[in-house]
Amino acid sequence: MIHKLSVGIFLICLWLLLSWHFTPLLLGLGLVSTLLVLYLSIRMEIIDREGHPLHLTLSTLRYLPWLIVKIVQANLDVTWRILHPRMPIDPTQEKVKCSQKSDLGKVIYANSITLTPGTLSMSIDADTIEVHSLTSTAIEELRQNTMDRKVTQMVGED
Amino acid sequence: MQSVLVILEWICLLGGSFFLLVGGIGILRFPDLFTRFHATSVSDTMGAGLILTGLMIETLVQQHGFTPLVKLLMIAVFLMITSPSATHALAKAAIHGGVKPRLADRAKAQDDENGADR
Repeated sequence: MIHKLSVGIFLICLWLLLSWHFTPLLLGLGLVSTLLVLYLSIRMEIIDREGHPLHLTLSTLRYLPWLIVKIVQANLDVTWRILHPRMPIDPTQEKVKCSQKSDLGKVIYANSITLTPGTLSMSIDADTIEVHSLTSTAIEELRQNTMDRKVTQMVGED
Repeated sequence: MQSVLVILEWICLLGGSFFLLVGGIGILRFPDLFTRFHATSVSDTMGAGLILTGLMIETLVQQHGFTPLVKLLMIAVFLMITSPSATHALAKAAIHGGVKPRLADRAKAQDDENGADR
């Protein structure tokens, strides 16, 4: 119930922010489309903990700044390697442990790995992720499990 | 205040263009498919991110209100979800298609075999 309510409020806020017109006609159209989308999503049964992860809202705001700092650091490193005349890369492929239980947690971890330049998740098993990395130092850093722990903490499974 | 914002905007836009260019250079220089993914993720994250940040500052400078700002933020959020998912799907498809990543120790052996000078 709380998920359905929050999807409805979210959709209404989205309509208001994106249109920013407050004439009766456009407000009415917004209400109609919001209710239609809400009805369709309930019928399709896609509003659940995974499709609308309400419980992750606050922890995402804590995790995101840390991830962005990591991404910027990795970007500068990869940029340096691209522009270096001798291109100092040593591509490595290894399995890295992931401690998340839920699919959502694993997806967040694998996407965080891919989003960070220099590391790329290639396939996901029950408790490992196959990672291709531009350098062996990048995979060393993943092996220390800092990111893994942060994601597990974020989805609240530790 | 206005001029500080404009300077910040230009730093973001020029920085974003620089990282997009670096991503392109990386695609040309790197040896195989999987290392090239790493180059594209530079333009996906830093390039697109800085350009979107620059445009967000531009909406503040022009005082366009909330709507364009929210739209740009949504683009950033969707890019953060879709671009790694697409890269992962491509990499997995490549492995299933039989593409072998060129790894550091193996690449050296191959080069020795072919007598390539690297």
